[in-house]
Amino acid sequence: MKETSVKKSMAFNSAFLQQFLAFGSLILLIVFFSLSSSNFFQFSNIIGILLSTAVIGVLALGSTFVIITGGIDLSVGTVMTLSAVMTGVFITVWGMPVPLGILGGIMTGALCGLLSGAAVARMKIPPFIATLAMMMIAKGLALIISGTKPIYFTNTPGFSDISLGSLIGKVIPGFTIPNAVLIFFLTAIIGSIILSKTIIGRMNFAIGSNEEATRLSGVNVNYWKIVIYTITGTFTGLAGVLMASRLNSAQPALGMGYELEAIAAVVIGGTSLSGGKGTIVGTVIGALIMSVLTNGLRIMSVPQEWQTVVVGFVIILAVYADILRRRKA
Amino acid sequence: MSEVLVQMEGIHKSFAGVQALKDCRLELRAGEVHALVGENGAGKSTLMKVLTGVYQKDEGQVIYRGKEVDILSTRAAQELGISMIHQELNLAPDLTVAQNIFIGREPRKAWRLFLDEKAMNEQARALFQQINLDLDPRTLVSELTVAKQQMVEIVKAISYESKVLIMDEPTAALSDAEIEDLFRMIEDLRGKGVGIVYISHRMVELKRITDRITVMRDGSYIDTVPTEEVSIDQIIAMMVGRQIYHTSTPDPRQENNEIVLEVKGLNRGKQLKDISFQLKKGEILGVAGLVGAGRTEVARAIFGADPIDSGEIYIHGKKVSIAGPHEAVRQGIGYLSEDRKQYGCLLDMDVKANVAVASLRKFSKGFGWMNDTDIANVSDKVVDELKVKTPSIHQPIKFLSGGNQQKVIIGKWLTRDCDILIFDEPTRGIDVGAKGEIYKLLDTLAREGKSIIMISSELPEILRLSHRILVMCEGRITAELGNHEVTQETIMSYATKRVG
Repeated sequence: MKETSVKKSMAFNSAFLQQFLAFGSLILLIVFFSLSSSNFFQFSNIIGILLSTAVIGVLALGSTFVIITGGIDLSVGTVMTLSAVMTGVFITVWGMPVPLGILGGIMTGALCGLLSGAAVARMKIPPFIATLAMMMIAKGLALIISGTKPIYFTNTPGFSDISLGSLIGKVIPGFTIPNAVLIFFLTAIIGSIILSKTIIGRMNFAIGSNEEATRLSGVNVNYWKIVIYTITGTFTGLAGVLMASRLNSAQPALGMGYELEAIAAVVIGGTSLSGGKGTIVGTVIGALIMSVLTNGLRIMSVPQEWQTVVVGFVIILAVYADILRRRKA
Repeated sequence: MSEVLVQMEGIHKSFAGVQALKDCRLELRAGEVHALVGENGAGKSTLMKVLTGVYQKDEGQVIYRGKEVDILSTRAAQELGISMIHQELNLAPDLTVAQNIFIGREPRKAWRLFLDEKAMNEQARALFQQINLDLDPRTLVSELTVAKQQMVEIVKAISYESKVLIMDEPTAALSDAEIEDLFRMIEDLRGKGVGIVYISHRMVELKRITDRITVMRDGSYIDTVPTEEVSIDQIIAMMVGRQIYHTSTPDPRQENNEIVLEVKGLNRGKQLKDISFQLKKGEILGVAGLVGAGRTEVARAIFGADPIDSGEIYIHGKKVSIAGPHEAVRQGIGYLSEDRKQYGCLLDMDVKANVAVASLRKFSKGFGWMNDTDIANVSDKVVDELKVKTPSIHQPIKFLSGGNQQKVIIGKWLTRDCDILIFDEPTRGIDVGAKGEIYKLLDTLAREGKSIIMISSELPEILRLSHRILVMCEGRITAELGNHEVTQETIMSYATKRVG
């Protein structure tokens, strides 16, 4: 009897409701655009939406970790670029084998996260400032290392397949879901497991809920913060590799602004910027809402400038709905 | 008899179907100090929030100075002359005293374009004179002691020409000397015809300064009685409607036990000077002293929450260096802060998360995988053994009462196998009935071999539970007393004994 009452209360708990709201809005959007334009609900268009979600999605997944601690990472956009550039350097300049080059790219992101984390945890620099600095450092380094020119992977056969090939298509002919999408969903599953099943996730929520109480519970908060920023960095590095593969080049000038889109996706997904609350599923839905919206509006021939305006309003709506719901509870 | 200022009759109030106030009443006369008592959740604050316009009553009437009024906002209450001094003070720390008093209605000059700081400071000074308060209006609030800040709040209320002043636990954070100052101020206000509603759990104070007492229990009005006609025991009996727990005086049986913790020559800035003491197995070591004597600072220093300048700490005879709470906990020390909400609980998280937070490594297997079944089992055991009242271990801890939150935090340290527990004001904000349970729990823990340092401002609590008592004054230990040689008077004399 105890068990059933517990389950019942879980069904009404707030995280669940928020996800349901977000998921409901996503479905509504899809239905709306499908009715508005016959071009929307086509297999190729859906694939296009998913593909365009992948990079921002992986960035947003990573950001979710830092945001749940009550922190923020403004550097994910340019660290992604730096990771892409380093992947290019490792593979095309140093001639490293592709898998090693990819690993190097991901480690670049992880290292940047580690440094941001150390600045936040050890030097007590507020996350906003520490990662703002990292954003600029990474941006500058990406330009310096690449000599401000794109690095092309045209001589690395198969590199673009990492994003654009389709493993699923090989197993199920015709069902050509690009690898980038597959990687996005796999990353989401891994992220979700880390957050809900491991000690890292517990520390994540504990620190976000009350950092000082967590410290006074004998938790080495500094250590875990560095771990968490490093995880965000690792996801960011992966996003960099995906980005490079998708463009078949590392574009050193890209990347600024991606961090804000990632944060927007996290927030639309119901994660609280004040920390302690959030889910990976929410972030996935948040990222999908953003790209469905952009894609749908484009199909309806809404000019790009207006698309941005609409996304802005959606962020306000999503967060306000969340605030209203909390006020009730 | 003096004028009736406030007459509340038949007040009903419910929140989302839960009846918070049932047919409550209160009568306050001019020049009267009227105690409002009841356990936590008895409805005292709700009733006062109705009076100050925070909540709107569902039924009943409020008559203020002979006229029925409908108080729709705190501002309306303030304009009528009803002010409340909250337990948590509402002052802006980076503004001056005068700026705080006149916030939102600053005197201005030059066609009201500029603030008139000079006039403001003079007006503030005039207010201070009225109640014999010696304070520079230009001082920053952040530089004042809590006691002085509270007085600023009172002055602010007076500046609104308040006839009714509601004080919620005004002495909770004050030292004895400061309490005397406050009482003198209350006497002055009483002489000016101000009616004061005095909410407090401290019976001795109520006996001393109030004229009448209104008792509430479970949202209902119980009775109003003249203070001099009832004993403290009678008041408590009315509040709880049941007998409360009494322990026998603890025996000094721990005298020959092993020393588990020894502190030698601990120094930290101006806060701690040459602190040395020993803690034995199975002992409750009481730490008494006035507010600001450095008791919490000792606890935080041992626990590694604040760095120390010099000093040595030995645990089970071995010298340890404690650089942070995580190392203190590794040595088996657990700390229970006086401020549970800020430093103790993960408020938004559930009971099991709070039980497990100090022991997550213990509950994680390879690759940091959490063993949720173990956490649930241990949490169930904690709830069971410590008799935590909660619908389940999945209940967010913010919905638990203070006493039950405290038990969960005790459970957190027991789960982590801590055998040295430092309790800082273990029963602060916990209602009378639950206090007894916490006392019993502390006693049991000590009997089971845990060593306990208990910091408390309530001398009866110290006398009732401690085997030995340390008294502190201005960062030093001024006495170490066995429990058989102690009275409240001896403790107070050492607590005010200034050395060097």
